[in-house]
Amino acid sequence: MIKISGLQKSFGARPVLCGLDVHLASGRVTAIVGPNGTGKTTLIKCILGLTHADGGSLTVNGKQLNGDWMYREHIGYMPQYAHYPENLSAREVIRLVKDLRNHPAGLDEELESAFALSDELDKPLRALSGGTRQKVSAVIAFLFQPRILFLDEPTAGLDPLASSVLKDKIMQVRDEGRTVVLTSHIMSEIEELADRIVFLLDGKVWFEGDTEAVKRDTGEERLERAVAHLMRRGPNFNPAIRCRDVEAIEGRDIYSKSPSLTAFRFS
Amino acid sequence: MTTAKIIKYELSDILRSKWVLFYGLFFLLMTEALLRFGGSGEKALLSLVNVVLILIPLVGILFGTMYLYSSREFVVLLLTQPVNRRALFAGLYCGLALPLALSFALGVLAPFVFHAGGGVALQPLLMLLTSGVWLTCIFVAIAFMIAIRFEDRVKGLGAAVMVWLLFTLLYDGGVLVLLHVFADYPLEKPVLGLMILNPVDLTRVALLMNFDIAALMGYTGAVFERFFGSHLGLLVAALSLTMWLAGPLYAGLRLFVRKDF
Repeated sequence: MIKISGLQKSFGARPVLCGLDVHLASGRVTAIVGPNGTGKTTLIKCILGLTHADGGSLTVNGKQLNGDWMYREHIGYMPQYAHYPENLSAREVIRLVKDLRNHPAGLDEELESAFALSDELDKPLRALSGGTRQKVSAVIAFLFQPRILFLDEPTAGLDPLASSVLKDKIMQVRDEGRTVVLTSHIMSEIEELADRIVFLLDGKVWFEGDTEAVKRDTGEERLERAVAHLMRRGPNFNPAIRCRDVEAIEGRDIYSKSPSLTAFRFS
Repeated sequence: MTTAKIIKYELSDILRSKWVLFYGLFFLLMTEALLRFGGSGEKALLSLVNVVLILIPLVGILFGTMYLYSSREFVVLLLTQPVNRRALFAGLYCGLALPLALSFALGVLAPFVFHAGGGVALQPLLMLLTSGVWLTCIFVAIAFMIAIRFEDRVKGLGAAVMVWLLFTLLYDGGVLVLLHVFADYPLEKPVLGLMILNPVDLTRVALLMNFDIAALMGYTGAVFERFFGSHLGLLVAALSLTMWLAGPLYAGLRLFVRKDF
């Protein structure tokens, strides 16, 4: 479980995260959505330690992060684009990652067989197609049975069979009580998988709520329509504008009328 | 240890690269040709000095920069694992410098061994090998600084070439101009200072002092020898070259630890 409090990050003069507060609970699939440039990837990178935040705090499984790296033992990450050293084979990369990690919980090699990857694993990675490399990324992410999984656009580039295998795996992991955080632009996928949605806008959480509640409160049957509804009523998104005081913006009213949507912690 | 594991995997990646093989073969063939057709072993070593001083910095900085840019995503993958950034840096560096240094050293050593010494004393040969290895390490460290600092691959490669030019051609040209323009002034101390600022020139002087060929040393070498004599001079050169390795390594490590990926 991950708790993020007041997270701030600017790249030079450009603010990306403006005091983000969010709680990513276990036993749930949380989807982080938002227009391009709102800080979804930056948020994940800050949690993973790839990017150093300028301010705020990150607490993972009860321990506040401060230059730690051991906590990543409990995290599995599947990046959006998989790039690997060209000359190594998938099997060697997997062996490297196994070497670098302790795995007291044992290894989960189910995805490897479900994707039918065994023939591909010994070829050099440059010889594999993009989709196959994505499958390898997925295998590595789930391999150590991590308590927390970050999946960045997980089904992008996967064929329909692999996509449904992965979705089944995500739901299995969720049912085991682990934490899954995914980002995606494919609303139908989020509708299928996510229990909770966190919508980021201007580096803050614009709204956060259970998938069902979002649909119910906007009166829409499909999640995509519901999110579009909320996006339409919200302030105009402009990445050039600095982190601002959102209280001054119209459109806040529809949220205060909706009890199941908890969000707008604009402070 | 994490560092050792990363070195192991990086080696298997790099050793499969044909360029490292060609690099070693180049030195092998060149040394062999020099020994066979060049007359004495001493002359062969001398010619090798020139090749070492130009080629090793070039290959070190270019191969280093290119390899790091192409393995950027892999480094990001490793950073998402429970791995300490310092250990990762150490592993990446050693895994890169080691094969290049070894390739050079074995490429040069093998023909000498094959020709049973080639009529050359051990010390100059060892000095050459050590210098080549050290220059490899220095320029790979500089390559790290460049690759980490510049996001853009094109800018980075441009910077790498500029650095090489600076330390080889531009420096020599600059010293010549200086000597010409300020011919009437006492130039010994500034020239010494300039020398310490260039690891390639330091290496050249250190090597040539072993060969007793003053004519090849040029102004910088002559000044150096006059001021320090041969043993103290060697010591100062060695110390400066150590700083030349430690400095870029430390700077590279700091850049790496603070970098936002």
